[in-house]
Amino acid sequence: MEHLLELRNVSIDLPKGRRKPPVKLVEGVDLDIRKKQNFGVVGESGCGKSITCSAIMGLLSYPLTVGQGSSIRFQKEDGSEVEITSLHKSELRKLRGKDISMIFQEPMTALDPMYTIEEQINETLRFHTGLNKAQMHEAALEMLKKVKIPRPEQILADYPHHLSGGMLQRVMIAIALINNPRLLIADEPTTALDVTIQAQILDLMNELRESYDTSVIMITHDLGVIAETCEEVAVFYAGQVVERASVDAIFHETAHPYTTGLLRSVTSLGGARRELYTIRGTVPTAGNFGAGCRFADRCDHCMAICKEKPPALTQVAPGHLCRCWLHAGGAEQAEKEAAV
Amino acid sequence: MRNYIIRRLLQLIPVLFGISVAIFAVLRFIPGGFASGMLGIDATPELIAQVNARYGLDQPVVTQYLNWIGGVLHGDFGISFRSGAEILPEILTRFQVTAELAILAAVISWCIALPLGILAAVKRNRMADRVVRVVALLGVSVPGFALSILVILVLSLFFGYYPPLDYVGLLEDPAKNLEIMFLPALILGCSMSGSVMRMTRSSVLEVLRQDFIKTVRAKGASERVAIFKHALRNALIPIVTLVGLQIGSLLGGAVVVEQIFSLPGLGLMTLTGINNRDYPVVQGCVLFIAFVYVLVNLVVDLLYAYIDPRISYD
Amino acid sequence: MKSVISTLRELWRDPMGKIGIIGVVLLIVVAIFAPQLAPYPYDEIGMRFQPPSAEHLFGTDKFGRDVLSRVIYGARVSLEVGIIAVGIGAVCGYLLGLVAGYFERWVDRVIMCFMDILFAFPSILLAIFISAVLGKGIGPTMVAIGIVNIPVFCRTVRAAVISAKGLEYVQNAKSVGVKTWPLLVRHISPNVVAPFTVQATLALSGAILTEATLSFLGMGIQPPDPSWGSMLSEGRADMIRDPWVALFPLLFIVVTILVFNILGDALRDVLDPKLKT
Repeated sequence: MEHLLELRNVSIDLPKGRRKPPVKLVEGVDLDIRKKQNFGVVGESGCGKSITCSAIMGLLSYPLTVGQGSSIRFQKEDGSEVEITSLHKSELRKLRGKDISMIFQEPMTALDPMYTIEEQINETLRFHTGLNKAQMHEAALEMLKKVKIPRPEQILADYPHHLSGGMLQRVMIAIALINNPRLLIADEPTTALDVTIQAQILDLMNELRESYDTSVIMITHDLGVIAETCEEVAVFYAGQVVERASVDAIFHETAHPYTTGLLRSVTSLGGARRELYTIRGTVPTAGNFGAGCRFADRCDHCMAICKEKPPALTQVAPGHLCRCWLHAGGAEQAEKEAAV
Repeated sequence: MRNYIIRRLLQLIPVLFGISVAIFAVLRFIPGGFASGMLGIDATPELIAQVNARYGLDQPVVTQYLNWIGGVLHGDFGISFRSGAEILPEILTRFQVTAELAILAAVISWCIALPLGILAAVKRNRMADRVVRVVALLGVSVPGFALSILVILVLSLFFGYYPPLDYVGLLEDPAKNLEIMFLPALILGCSMSGSVMRMTRSSVLEVLRQDFIKTVRAKGASERVAIFKHALRNALIPIVTLVGLQIGSLLGGAVVVEQIFSLPGLGLMTLTGINNRDYPVVQGCVLFIAFVYVLVNLVVDLLYAYIDPRISYD
Repeated sequence: MKSVISTLRELWRDPMGKIGIIGVVLLIVVAIFAPQLAPYPYDEIGMRFQPPSAEHLFGTDKFGRDVLSRVIYGARVSLEVGIIAVGIGAVCGYLLGLVAGYFERWVDRVIMCFMDILFAFPSILLAIFISAVLGKGIGPTMVAIGIVNIPVFCRTVRAAVISAKGLEYVQNAKSVGVKTWPLLVRHISPNVVAPFTVQATLALSGAILTEATLSFLGMGIQPPDPSWGSMLSEGRADMIRDPWVALFPLLFIVVTILVFNILGDALRDVLDPKLKT
């Protein structure tokens, strides 16, 4: 396997009782993450980006399940591959926190308020290594220094409620990286933080990534974060990947109307004063998608075919995929139909 | 911490004072005073006056109160009108019985309720959860005395076992004492466990939904660690609060079970005191029960700080 | 706020709610039509200690009274005492809570201090104590249990009043000089209905339990009035030889409390979905 992680046709089901078919919250997601790559996943809240990444960890919360026919393959350190969707629980546990680790959105609630920072860092070591207490203390101290926490000795003895959000996110990064994982999933790691702290955390992550050789999946709704940290991007809309390309291509050769809308609705300091763009309408809820393109009702370029048939993810340029009839020959087809 | 305890103990003084005044006042309203109760149908006004004079009941109520409370402050709860015995030593002996019963019952209820409550939370909406919820509902609904009678009935009818009637102290004969205490404690424990089970289930469920549990799992923790080390510890505060309340209310509230199993506890002493219009006994018991109750509450509050590092009393 | 009909409909859809409603309605029917349903008057004396038979379905007690008839009349006493006691508790609790929440400061402190004292005692001991002061029999027992029930209701209302006072429109009304009393009452009442109903259903099962316990201890309902609690304590002496005398009232106590608890739980799920887990 050339990639570190391969998602093929991943879907996530919300069961609706024994008789009814499940609602598909995420459908047909294909992603490839290379080694040492920084991969961005962008989309509005509820578009399925976070649960897709939870599925990579095998951490979907009840009652969500990975749909049939989904495949998530991960390459371990020794080069062997594992299929995460069918991995035994105990094997999955060995993977979590060791090969794949995760940082969450809300640092204030992501740590157990009852235990010291040291205990919560040590836990990760204890699950995956055979270090003794003194060695764990040493390692934890070392790690806190790496994430640039001042007075690390003292912080180790503190409880989460003693620390600020930015500090806690640094601790979370320390916990995530201490076992030197091959993949780090960062689920909106800066959203809950102050703007100044956001920049510091992003800088820190960029810096650490270089020294740790870790691939990063950065989940965010903020295109600014993507521009600053990622090489490749997947844009999620209503449970599907609608566009996938390098960061340059996403920003400069945008293909999907939804991505265009996202880019236009970003505030920019440099640009001329203009009214902030909003994409009209609202995202359809899972289970209520029409027959055609899921973005059709909100799209400025909507054609007849868009409402009838779902577009496939097709290549518009080398390495640039887009799920839109404008690029999948839909326009020509529409012209032909008009001519007839 | 020390200052906090001292402050809390000082705050107890007005509360206990209020309770003492209230009991004293209320007791004097009980229809059919001590004298007419004791003398029964032989009571003539002269005899009643004589008895009242003998027990100081002819003095103004305020004087009576001051005499009593003055004694209490010196550790002298007075003597029983009925038996003439000193009240405080009697209370302390009986408190041992009640305290032993309450502690045993609480331990039994935890042993039943915590595992089942956690199981229900983890297996939410599945078979195990449904069974536990029905069991908990039964536990909440079957009153202690009904359960006692049922158990005695079943044991005697089908196993020919009769609970012993003569109480033996723990220190005199521990084995015999435990044999006597086991059944009532088991019954009280079962009826307490219903609400503890419910509380455990709902608060563990609440914690399992929180973000940090996901972090713990993402670190590679086993379910055992996630549940027992993290979820349970966070769910403990409401459970401890409930258990504290329950232990407190067992001090006098175990009266029915004490009566059925003829255990010489505090509840029974109070009940007998009320029936006999034995004012000093009732006053002493109620004041003592209130005192222990607020102490239990204080201990619960101190436990909070021990369980949860965010709570500190410095 | 949900209407009574839609609440009942939702309750009926829930299997537990259905059990609760059927059980409670059956109990009420038994209580109301006790004279018609009972095969004998509850104090008619006949052959002693007869085992259950076609004539006496539940047997007879030590005075030869029909246990079934006494159990049926007992339902009447239990419900009567329970409902009136909870009514007393709810009305007094509502008024006290309203006053405490409205005035705050020292009025609040005094009222809540009393509530704390009432709350600080094991409820059964408190009930025993109050009924010792008030005397025995149906009336005093109702009042005693009613007093025990005041604090819970008082707290519910007080909390609602205090949170309603913070609402913008109440504040506005106050600032333009409108009397806030009627406003608060009108605003609070609908907010309190849901927790009050749930509380009342659960309090009812508690009140029936307390009555049974008091009567069992000989403090509550006095013979010959039929009370499940006193029947149980009378039957206890001969329990081993003639178990039916104690067993049937015991069964009815348990089932009644169970049914009210089931209804209360289901009601809470319907009226306060936030608490549903």
